[in-house]
Amino acid sequence: MARTLRRMADEIVERFSGTEDLILVGIQRRGVQLAERIAGYITEREGAIVALGALDITLYRDDLQTIGPRPVVGKTDLPLSLDHRTVVIVDDVLYTGRTVRAAMDELADFGRPARIALAVLVDRGGRELPIHADIVGKRIQAPSELRVDVLIREVDGEDGVVTVPREGEG
Amino acid sequence: MNSPVLGKDLLGLETLSAEQIRLILDTAGPLKEISERTIKKVPALRGMTIVNLFFEASTRTRISFEFAEKRLSADTVNVGAAGSSVSKGETLVDTARNLEAMRIDMVVIRHGASGAAKFLADRIESKVVNAGDGTHEHPTQGLLDLLTLRDRLGDLAGRRVCICGDVLHSRVARSNLWGLKKLGAEVAVCGPRSLLPNAIDEMGVKVFDRIEAAIEWAEALNILRLQLERMQGGYIPSLREYNRVFGVTRERLDRAPRDIIIMHPGPMNRGVEIDSDVADGPHSVILDQVTNGVAIRMAVLYLLAGGRPEGG
Repeated sequence: MARTLRRMADEIVERFSGTEDLILVGIQRRGVQLAERIAGYITEREGAIVALGALDITLYRDDLQTIGPRPVVGKTDLPLSLDHRTVVIVDDVLYTGRTVRAAMDELADFGRPARIALAVLVDRGGRELPIHADIVGKRIQAPSELRVDVLIREVDGEDGVVTVPREGEG
Repeated sequence: MNSPVLGKDLLGLETLSAEQIRLILDTAGPLKEISERTIKKVPALRGMTIVNLFFEASTRTRISFEFAEKRLSADTVNVGAAGSSVSKGETLVDTARNLEAMRIDMVVIRHGASGAAKFLADRIESKVVNAGDGTHEHPTQGLLDLLTLRDRLGDLAGRRVCICGDVLHSRVARSNLWGLKKLGAEVAVCGPRSLLPNAIDEMGVKVFDRIEAAIEWAEALNILRLQLERMQGGYIPSLREYNRVFGVTRERLDRAPRDIIIMHPGPMNRGVEIDSDVADGPHSVILDQVTNGVAIRMAVLYLLAGGRPEGG
């Protein structure tokens, strides 16, 4: 995973020509830690500190009526104005695109970024909205019966990508 | 469609589990941040209609609920007793059923009769949130007090909280008692015996007859409003006398062995149950309670709204 994240960090710097006006915004939960790690690699490479934020999109979801039994809301923390910045949304898995749609709605309530890009560790296909990732760590085609989970050591104790059968709703 | 975590209604803290209370507090924490944004609004309850049915005077609670509803993007309607058909003698259930016929999702009710919220909840389909019923319960006030205490003290298990004053008439006291006990806090009450319920000893709470003793024991005081409108019954000799014996004053707090968190649900009678230099002092969290009130009400509305389809 380290090699993949390092490559994503390189791509972000090259695509946006540096780190000025850049902010990486991780989606709760695992996107937040992935954004922190990518920011670390960018700092190693460029010697510059990259701004970081966290976004919890629970309150922007379109499926409140069907949420599971523990709908605990996480923290949204955007330390600076988004106006005129390049915002890179960082998430673990890109699937239907609904989370990203919710994230863009929420970002719009915080300001008017110059542009919004999307970086994901895993793109598993199966989009239900016209959304694509700009920077992708790994592409896989997973059928809808399977759930693709990213494990990260900060939350799960180890790094990895696992596919598990979908039981009920994950 | 009932909430998988709270059921259909929020009527009181007596019927909630410790786990449900913790979930509400844990949800309210992150919701506080929404009120700090430039655009203080999230779309979570978009399209939902909530009626605030207030049969008793209220400023803080009504406005707090209305802010909570609006910040979650619900549509709100306020109905008061005066100026509505309630003043023409319409019954509570008829009023609510007529509102339901206009397709609403939730009713927030404040009523002078104990049990009014449950009475209504049993008879209408809409979800019901109790915003204070008689001397029974005021669950969102209890929850916001718990959140305020938890912000300061962390886990409340074993922490010592004293509820002071007119416990007898206070729905705030009852909701606090239930909530604090469920989270494992040690609870005491302090006030004239005429203003304490008869069976208070059986609730497993300590009773202090002297405010000095309460101050020596407690880590936090929740000072209730002396309900002046209910004082015709000869419960206390005079307001001055009450302040002299039970008033929380700077001099009394200065003799405490520790800093004591000062709470008051409002509206305050300054110079009666609480002195101004205490209410405005460094250990007062009275305005934090008000801030937390909006977040707690957002959490309750959000969790109640998040249902699952039948059989889902």
